[in-house]
Amino acid sequence: MDFLSYLLPFIYALSMIGVFMTLCAYSVLAERKICSFIQGRVGPNRARIPIIGQIPVLGNILTRLGLFHPAADGLKFLFKEEITPGHVRLTYYYLAPIIALAPALTTMVVLPFGRYVDASGAVQPLVLANIDVGILFILAISSLGVYGIVLAGWASNSKYPFLGAIRSTAQMISYELAMGLSILPVFLWAAAPGSDYGLSLFGVVQSQQGLWLILWQPISALIFLVAIFAETNRLPFDMAESETDLVGGFHTEYGAFKFGIFFVAEYAHIIMGSSLFVLLFLGGWNFLPGLADPWPAGIIGIVMSALWFLLKVCGMIFFFIWVRWSLPRFRYDQVMHLGWKILLPLAIANFVIYIFVIALIDKFIN
Amino acid sequence: MAKTKVMERKPLTFSEKTFIPQIASGLATTFGNMFKKTVTLQYPEERPVIPENYRGIPTLVKDPKGRVKCVSCQLCEFVCPPKAIRINPSEIDGEEDPERAHIEKEPATFDINMLRCIYCGLCQEVCPEEAIFLQDDFSLSGYTREEMVYGKDKLLELGGTLPDRHFKWDKKKLAEESNSGHH
Repeated sequence: MDFLSYLLPFIYALSMIGVFMTLCAYSVLAERKICSFIQGRVGPNRARIPIIGQIPVLGNILTRLGLFHPAADGLKFLFKEEITPGHVRLTYYYLAPIIALAPALTTMVVLPFGRYVDASGAVQPLVLANIDVGILFILAISSLGVYGIVLAGWASNSKYPFLGAIRSTAQMISYELAMGLSILPVFLWAAAPGSDYGLSLFGVVQSQQGLWLILWQPISALIFLVAIFAETNRLPFDMAESETDLVGGFHTEYGAFKFGIFFVAEYAHIIMGSSLFVLLFLGGWNFLPGLADPWPAGIIGIVMSALWFLLKVCGMIFFFIWVRWSLPRFRYDQVMHLGWKILLPLAIANFVIYIFVIALIDKFIN
Repeated sequence: MAKTKVMERKPLTFSEKTFIPQIASGLATTFGNMFKKTVTLQYPEERPVIPENYRGIPTLVKDPKGRVKCVSCQLCEFVCPPKAIRINPSEIDGEEDPERAHIEKEPATFDINMLRCIYCGLCQEVCPEEAIFLQDDFSLSGYTREEMVYGKDKLLELGGTLPDRHFKWDKKKLAEESNSGHH
């Protein structure tokens, strides 16, 4: 029993990493497929794995959907020649991709992805570490991802990566403020006085059993959405890469598997951002606004709640990709203008208004 | 100097300044596009429809009776702008091939350097015998430069037979035999 209680956390962690990395790989495929559908193309549909791909009908369908491409892409990155340019600072050059990926993977520790009912009848989250400062942990750790980009830009010792890194840093710092301010009202709303949830993400989800928070706080949701687009360096805010003016941005000097890690890190950030948005504003694993959860008791209910959460996250990932292939990139000064002159004041005003609204509700309604 | 007209630019309305309606309509457009038919041609399996009079690679054709139509007059060689064609004329051996002895000439070798060819079609235009045609083959490949110089046999094989109602040399032979002078 003792041995098992030591072993189980490792198994949980490994399986979560497995799911997460698979999701990363397949969101790359989703990106390629959705972009080609939007552009009237068919997208990747050639790779075929020997045995599974040769099953008569199924194999052809899977091949046409491009489901074997992530494996092919991964192998390609693994077996490519590792080129290290002569002018880089080696230690930091190798360190940067790891620093870019690690925070994105670390934040998933506090990410609740489903719920179960424990022996005493209380609803508990499915999460690796149920700490009550969940959102603070995520904000603190996920911002560390920018160090990977800065380090990559600086260690590359070349001007385009450097410019990309500088831009990305400024952008991340600018939008972090608006992002932090936009979720304060959410926690004011979710954590009623005297509740023991505090800053935990589970508390936010539990508070959305009636209506989702996107309906109560649409402005917060909008600011947070824009801010996570900026934080994840996605179009229309992909200043750090910006192929047209910076070649490849911070990863210009990277190739083979090191580039692959940056690539995975970008998608890991997207998945984290999507999960966070789902938890905070789209009701997490709650069924639909205004409807009671239909999850049955026992293991089926646990699995269904987790799957429902996963479905919402996939919807958000789709939204990320969809926006990327619809909107043009902002100019850098426009990004700064939007961040500092529009989103930040809006977030502050939103925060102040919700303080009053929540205070009034607490005083007169409850 | 032409008169310049200054266009009146209305100031943006509030909803335009937020970009949100524009972003929403852009998203709607791309979402609609996702369900339209794809325009991709899956090339090696699917081939494009080649229009008539397409100018693919130049080829030599035979007449319906399987005879080489080229009489090695070398007009195409002279007209060819990038000088891709090289012809080595020779006499038709009358004893070996009495049927065609009256044609007098045929190419001993006929080389087209496909790396030089610009697919202009002047050779086809200039050919008095309608022996060279630019047909619908457009994808060539080879491992060496030498391989890309197509010889007579290869050109004839690529050209095949085109329907041809003239049978010029048959008529000329008939005319000679019946002593009615040149046809």
